[in-house]
Amino acid sequence: MTRRGNLAGWLYVSPLVLVLVPFFVLPILVVLAASFMETDGFGGIIPTVTLANYAGVLTSKLTLDLYLATIKFTILTWAFSGIIGFWVAYFLVFHIRNPLIAIGLFLVCTVPFWTSNIIRMISWIPLLGKEGLVNSTLIGAGVVDQPLEFLLFSDFAVVVAYVHQLTIFMIVPIFNALARIDKRIVEAALDAGASRFDVLRLIVLPMAKNGIALGSIFVVSIVMGDFFVVKVMSGGGSASVVGAFYEDISVLQYPPAAASAIVLTLVLTLVVALILRSVDIRREITR
Amino acid sequence: MAITRGDIELAGITKTYDGRFMAVDGVNLKIPDGAYCCFLGPSGCGKTTILRMVAGHEDPTDGEILIGGQDVVGLTPAERRTAMMFQSYALFPHLTVRDNIAFALRVRGLDKAERHARADQMMEKVRLTELADRLPAQLSGGQQQRVALARAAITEPRVLLLDEPLSALDEQLRVQMRQELRRMQRELGITFIHVTHTQLEAIALADVVVVMEKGKIRQAGPARDVYAAPRDRYVAEFLGGQNVLSGQVTRVNGARATLAAPQLRGIEIPLRPGLVQGDRLDVAVRRDDIELVRPGSGPADPATTAVTTRVQAIEYQGAFVKVMLDPVGSDEFVAYVPERRFFTDPLDVGDVVLATWAIDRAHLLA
Repeated sequence: MTRRGNLAGWLYVSPLVLVLVPFFVLPILVVLAASFMETDGFGGIIPTVTLANYAGVLTSKLTLDLYLATIKFTILTWAFSGIIGFWVAYFLVFHIRNPLIAIGLFLVCTVPFWTSNIIRMISWIPLLGKEGLVNSTLIGAGVVDQPLEFLLFSDFAVVVAYVHQLTIFMIVPIFNALARIDKRIVEAALDAGASRFDVLRLIVLPMAKNGIALGSIFVVSIVMGDFFVVKVMSGGGSASVVGAFYEDISVLQYPPAAASAIVLTLVLTLVVALILRSVDIRREITR
Repeated sequence: MAITRGDIELAGITKTYDGRFMAVDGVNLKIPDGAYCCFLGPSGCGKTTILRMVAGHEDPTDGEILIGGQDVVGLTPAERRTAMMFQSYALFPHLTVRDNIAFALRVRGLDKAERHARADQMMEKVRLTELADRLPAQLSGGQQQRVALARAAITEPRVLLLDEPLSALDEQLRVQMRQELRRMQRELGITFIHVTHTQLEAIALADVVVVMEKGKIRQAGPARDVYAAPRDRYVAEFLGGQNVLSGQVTRVNGARATLAAPQLRGIEIPLRPGLVQGDRLDVAVRRDDIELVRPGSGPADPATTAVTTRVQAIEYQGAFVKVMLDPVGSDEFVAYVPERRFFTDPLDVGDVVLATWAIDRAHLLA
C-alpha cells in the first residue's frame, strides 16, 4: 500500500480509535493494572505486582455461588426474552400484512424505552407488591386468600424486570432477520406440502438463527454485567457477580474488585465467543 | 379421491383485489393432460395470478379450477398434486442442494435414508449429483434453476407451474435451459404451465400459447396459430414479426378489397365474408413475407400488392437483414430480407423501394 493510501486508511478509522482508546482501552488497562496491585486498606493502592487478588477471587466459594446465581438469572432471562422476542417478531413479520402497520407496532414495542430504566423497574413495585395490583386483584377475585409473597423482592421479580427490560434487544435483531426472509421461500415450503409448523421449524427458525444469536449476546452480556436490578428487585435477597465487587468498591477495596472485574470480562468474552462460533454474525451484519 | 390426471380447466375464473382491481377477468381455458402451456403477456396482465390460483397460493374470487376433472379450489397444493417453481427459484438458503430437493419428502414424513435415496435419484436426472452438499448461494443461476426444478418434481406432481423460470438467467443460458425444461416435460410426461413475458420463449416451448392482456385471454392456441394467424392487433404486435396496417375498405371487388388510409395509398387485401365498403380494419403482414424491390424493376405481379416507401435504417441480424421502412401512420413497417438475397443488391438508408407481398399472405385481424 502507498503512503497516501495508508494515511487515508488511518483517517477512516480515526474517529473510532479516538472514541475507543480513551473510553474503552484505557479504562480496561487501568483496571487490569489495578488488579495486580495491593490495597492499603484505606482506599489507597500500593503499586506492586501480586496475584493475591486473583487467588482470592478464584479460590473463594463465594465466587462460585455468585456466578451460579448470575448464570441462573442469565439463562432464565435469556430463555424468556428469547421466546417472547421471537414470537413478537414473528407476529410482526408474518402476520401483519401491511408493512406500515408492522413498522408502527414495532415502534410501539420501543415505547417503554422512552422512560428511564430505573423508573421502569420501580414501576413494578406497586404492581407486584404485597398490596400491589396483582395481589389485590387475585384476592378480590377469590383466587388466593393470602397475598402472594414471591411476586416482589424475589428471584421471580428479578427475572420479570430483566425480561421486561431486555426483550426489545431480542425483538430487534430477530425482527431484522425474519424481515429478510423472502416470502416466496415460505410459499415454496407450503407448496412442497409443509404445514405452518413445519415452516416455523424447518425454515423460519433456522433462518432466524443469526438474529437470535445477536439478541442473545445483548441479553447475556447485559444481565451478567448488571447488579442494580438484582439489588432492587430481590430486595437484597439475591446477590450477583457485579453486585459483589460493587460492595468491594464501596469499602474502598479497589484491587480485589478489579480482579473480579477482569475475571468477569474473561468469562463474558468466552460466552460471546461461544455464541459467535455457532453463527456467522459478520454475515448477518454486513448482508 | 386422488387427482391422477393433469388436464386443467379454468371456468370463469375471476380475481379481484379490494373488490376493485380486476387482476383476472372471467378466464375460460382448457389445457390437455401432458401439454406444455405458456401464458404470455406483459407484467400485470394477470398471468402470474392465474398461475398462483392454479397452484393454490391464491383463491379465485369467482369461478372454478378443475384439475383432472376435480374442482380444486380450497385444496392445498399437495392435495392438488401441483408443484410450483418460483420466480428466482426461492430455494431454501440454509439447506444443501440435497435437502432442498428432499424437503417435500421430509414434510411428508419419509425417513432420512429413503428421502436421500429419492433425492439422489432426482439429482442424477438433472445432473446435480456432484453439487449435492453445496448451499444455493454457491451455485450458478443455471444450477439453481435445476435445483428448483428437481425440488418441484420430486413429489411427482401432475402439474408443474413455472413462474418466469428463465428470467433470472443470461441469454445464452436461457436458450439452453429452455431445452432442458422441454426435455424434462417430455420425460416426466406431465402438464407444464409456464408464465413468461418473452414471446420467443413461449413459441419455442409451448404446445398451447395463451396471450393475455389486462386479465383477459386475447388468444389461445398452438404456437404457430398464434404467431402466424394472430386474432387481433394486440396479439400480432405482442408476438412480433408482423406489420400491422390499419385503414378503411374503399372498394370491394370480387375476391379482393382495397384498404386505404391517409398515410396508406391503397393496398389489396383478401376478402372475408361480411366485409363491406367503409369497414375499418387492421391487417397483419409478416415481416418475412415482404419483398423489397427497386421501383421500375419489371411489371408488378397481379397477385401481389405494394407500398412505395423509403429505407429508414438497416440492421444486420445474421440470418436475415432487418430493414426498417418509413412507418405507415403510427405503425412500424419492417421487412426481414434473407441475408443472401439482401446482399445481391444491398439497399442503403434513404433508398426508395417498393415493398411488395402476395395479397393472400395478408391476414385480416379482428
